[in-house]
Amino acid sequence: MPDQTFLDSTELVLNMGPQHPSTHGVLRVVLKLDGEKVLGADCVIGYLHRGVEKIGENRTYQQFAPYVDRMDYCAAVSNGLGYCLAVEKLLNVEAPPRAQAVRVVLTELNRIASHLIWLGTHALDIGAITPLFYVMREREEILNIFEKYCGARLTTHAFRIGGLQYETYDGLEEDVKAACEHVLPKIDEYERLLTGNRIWIGRLTNVGVLNAADCKQYGVTGPMLRAAGVKWDLRQAQPYSGYQQYDFEIPTGTHGDTFDRYAVRMEEMRQSVRIIRQAVEKIPEGPIMAKIPKVIKPPVGEAYVSIEAPKGELGYFIVSDGSTQPYRLRVRPPSFVNLQALDQMTRGALVADVVAIIGTLDIVLGEVDR
Amino acid sequence: MPEEDKPEVKPAQTDPPAAAKPPAPRPAAKPPAVMAVSPWEGDLPALLRQRFSDQVSECSTYLGQNFVVAAPEAAIPILEFLRFEADFDYLVDITAVDYPQRPERFDLVYVLYSFARNERMRVKTKIADGYKPATATKVHLAANWLEREVFDMFGIEFAGHPDMRRILLPEDWEGYPLRKDKGILDCDNKWIEEHLGIEGGQ
Repeated sequence: MPDQTFLDSTELVLNMGPQHPSTHGVLRVVLKLDGEKVLGADCVIGYLHRGVEKIGENRTYQQFAPYVDRMDYCAAVSNGLGYCLAVEKLLNVEAPPRAQAVRVVLTELNRIASHLIWLGTHALDIGAITPLFYVMREREEILNIFEKYCGARLTTHAFRIGGLQYETYDGLEEDVKAACEHVLPKIDEYERLLTGNRIWIGRLTNVGVLNAADCKQYGVTGPMLRAAGVKWDLRQAQPYSGYQQYDFEIPTGTHGDTFDRYAVRMEEMRQSVRIIRQAVEKIPEGPIMAKIPKVIKPPVGEAYVSIEAPKGELGYFIVSDGSTQPYRLRVRPPSFVNLQALDQMTRGALVADVVAIIGTLDIVLGEVDR
Repeated sequence: MPEEDKPEVKPAQTDPPAAAKPPAPRPAAKPPAVMAVSPWEGDLPALLRQRFSDQVSECSTYLGQNFVVAAPEAAIPILEFLRFEADFDYLVDITAVDYPQRPERFDLVYVLYSFARNERMRVKTKIADGYKPATATKVHLAANWLEREVFDMFGIEFAGHPDMRRILLPEDWEGYPLRKDKGILDCDNKWIEEHLGIEGGQ
């Protein structure tokens, strides 16, 4: 009874997307509204479905590696790392220390780049246009490093199964340090633009609250889970690629609202800088490739390996039948699982908040649809 | 005692996929291709065996990753038990693997994680084509979309699921692309011609 109004019969269905600038790609959301209040949100996804998992079954292990970059194209390096680690697990080999350190440097740089894109677009959705231009400037520094290292900026295919294809170029360390030097004060600058801004606070606090219990129920991971106060990061919980050597904090929030998620991601960028600085100081000498055969034929078996991607837990479940191609390759995408919580987060919110909530989810449709 | 008879049970179960390979020219080099698992020892598998006795047919570990193989109808009770009594409160993923030459055609795989134990495990069941496994949405809300995706890609329908529709492909699409009998180029040509106005196929 309290939820009903005299206009109850005029429940309105509003379609948002797939061609909508604030849905971050081709997400379509069908909203059920009572006036300005959201009663429920149904996501229609799949517009970008390319059948990545089927492609995986029809390519050799090496051939498939570039495809994973096309899932979360804002964090291609993370995707590649997860895939390489999964196949390495099946082969029961580990990348040599030098490769691991370079991997950490590039992956963390990519985390910053991914978070910068999130920040720019999230702020743009809410009406703060300025940050978008600034974040592109900082991201450029990072993409330049990728370009110099492997020739590509976005879909990098930076790593290979067993280690790295390319030795680092002369001056990578200096470039990385300069980029850190450049990015760190800029994060403070963004905070000065946004954190204390009344409109920003008003639009973000208590919007899209998802508490820790709900996060676990929905399988929501990454910054969203941490913003709800759960100090859980796969880089520390189950370290991979030598993350246990580095000293860094896991930022957490308290309320699990949109503002907390903003704060957590901002702090994560600082922590990434911290990791990069430690890693780049002591990139060990040595080989960059483990001893793996030219033709990769993992023994019959299966493995699930996951990493902490910028968006959350990115997992690969690979079943090998002993041939050169995976028998089954499943990607557990963080964006897909996190997006599922949209319905719960938008209930009772206003239409304008839906835009803020989609922004705070930090989804990439390439990964949702695969 | 259960550990005793397990090695005898295992090859019999994993035999069908291996049987698909040409059996004749084998004797030269390799033993039949089965996963080189070792038994998973510890409190949890013992507890699971005790609770679900004959419904848990295998508790193994491979590359340091633990999994149990259970009867299809025991999957949800096991998930429930793991969630409420063993702290496996995070359903990471649900997926399936298709073995068309096997009578129980699909492997249904649940990947679980426990925040409290910082441990991962998998629950696997073998189901026949057409069998409708019970939904896990009553135990983990995350199962909703994950099961929809399994339905979309493999055509495994989950009984009791609140919203059993396709999720990535269009709702009126025919066929289940991740089944092994679908080639990589097979699509629903009729749908493509009807909706996109182009010739289907490549």
